[in-house]
Amino acid sequence: MIRNVEVSYGSVAALKDISMATSCGNRVALVGPNGAGKSTLLKAIAGLVPRQGGSIQWRGTAVKKWSREFAYLPQREEVDWDFPITVSGLVEMGRYPHLGLWKRYADKDHQAVEKALQTLGITDLRDRQICELSGGQQQRAFLARALAQEAHVLLLDEPFTGLDRNASESLAHLLTELSEEGRLILASHHDLESAPQLFNECLLLNLTQRDFGPIAKVLTDSAIEKAFAQAPLQASTTETSNP
Amino acid sequence: MFAPFQDPFFQRALLAGLLIGFTNGFFSGFVVLRRTALSVSALSHTMLPGIALGILITGALTQANAFIGALTAALFVGLGSVVVSRTSRIDQGTALAILYTTAFALGVAALKYLGNYGDLQHWLFGDIRLVSSNDLWLAFAIGSVILLGSCVFFRPLLLTLFESSVASAQGVPVRAMNYLLFLMLILALVTSLQAVGCVLSVGLLVAPGATMSLLTNRTPVLFWGGGILGAFGSVLALLCAYWIDIPAGPAIVIVLGTAFLLAFLLSPKYGLLSGIRRS
Repeated sequence: MIRNVEVSYGSVAALKDISMATSCGNRVALVGPNGAGKSTLLKAIAGLVPRQGGSIQWRGTAVKKWSREFAYLPQREEVDWDFPITVSGLVEMGRYPHLGLWKRYADKDHQAVEKALQTLGITDLRDRQICELSGGQQQRAFLARALAQEAHVLLLDEPFTGLDRNASESLAHLLTELSEEGRLILASHHDLESAPQLFNECLLLNLTQRDFGPIAKVLTDSAIEKAFAQAPLQASTTETSNP
Repeated sequence: MFAPFQDPFFQRALLAGLLIGFTNGFFSGFVVLRRTALSVSALSHTMLPGIALGILITGALTQANAFIGALTAALFVGLGSVVVSRTSRIDQGTALAILYTTAFALGVAALKYLGNYGDLQHWLFGDIRLVSSNDLWLAFAIGSVILLGSCVFFRPLLLTLFESSVASAQGVPVRAMNYLLFLMLILALVTSLQAVGCVLSVGLLVAPGATMSLLTNRTPVLFWGGGILGAFGSVLALLCAYWIDIPAGPAIVIVLGTAFLLAFLLSPKYGLLSGIRRS
């Protein structure tokens, strides 16, 4: 549950009055024009940017800064793809929150990584450097890291951007499977046409919350027109623009 | 052929080459991942006035005052470049280039007041064949600190370098990790000063990691492989320097530079030739 979340960068308000209550098993689309605060909201939930107000509750407890049950998957352009790390190295990073500084990488961790690679169907790619993957495979590698982390809430920043049709369909299928297994998926999404097929709930926002609920109810023509009519006041300073 | 191994000076130089080469080679992984080779070059030149100032104040050269002097100068130049870039229209790279060359020039100018320590050649290019037993112990101690620091904090350091925002959200003290990297970098530079001097030290602190990054995608191999390459490259260079009578410091950097060139051309995956063959 998210209640009255507020984020600002310096004196510039990036988000205010965002409230929603959802549960495991849902796929929630964050929809709004460029600069509406979709990425900022995901980052605020993930603990990547500080919240100036409001609260986030997960399974009845307040999430102060970060919970290892939350995993954030960045936008493609925010990742250093030339970093010399293999797919399995990346997925192993998902175990770091469990291991801390000192704990040895044990069988349990190895099994979690193997299971995540298997679930995402990327075991064969384990020794590839991350820049040698296709867009869809890169998304899968980051999702595998989230699963190795044993995260229940997946925060995805424009996961479908830059994917071809096959990769998009495959990712959509995968997200449905993950949500049916009981995970909560929150994803920023800019393609209004495909959103109803990919998600079952929607948070429509433009700096403030416009509506939240089942996607068929929220994403109506008039609501979209209203939300998109007003350009965000601080678009250029609050969020990286989506292609 | 094996005559140099009987010489105690050469034996100490070999040990120093192994220790300093391994430490710097291992640490070069961080330099490559952080993409800060040019800043390392600036810092290595900045060490000269710092150490000169340390000697002028204390009247002696020890590893401790060399470290404090180098650290102070590096902080001045590093922070100075930030201040200049934030308060003027000059970007940080330009500011850093001006400040470090000015600092280096001040260091060179100060050498004539350093008495016995004023040999410019020694400062610029080092002389590993002159290491004493005490220097060896200090190189061992500093190397241990760097390796221990790198290994203990390997996970948070790696996460900081890969995704600092995610690292910060996971509770990793990102700023402290960056300071730790900076301190270890200064330590590595101070130890390499004796072997290769301040001009060439950047080669020892960049080439092994850069070479390994052309040969592997595995992060641990990048670090340990860099250490092994740095150590054996230094030993090979010392032998070459003895056999063909060239200075040891430049020999070390030439050998490591050659290894990089070979990897650049012949790496099975990322080499120029394999790229041409594939296309």
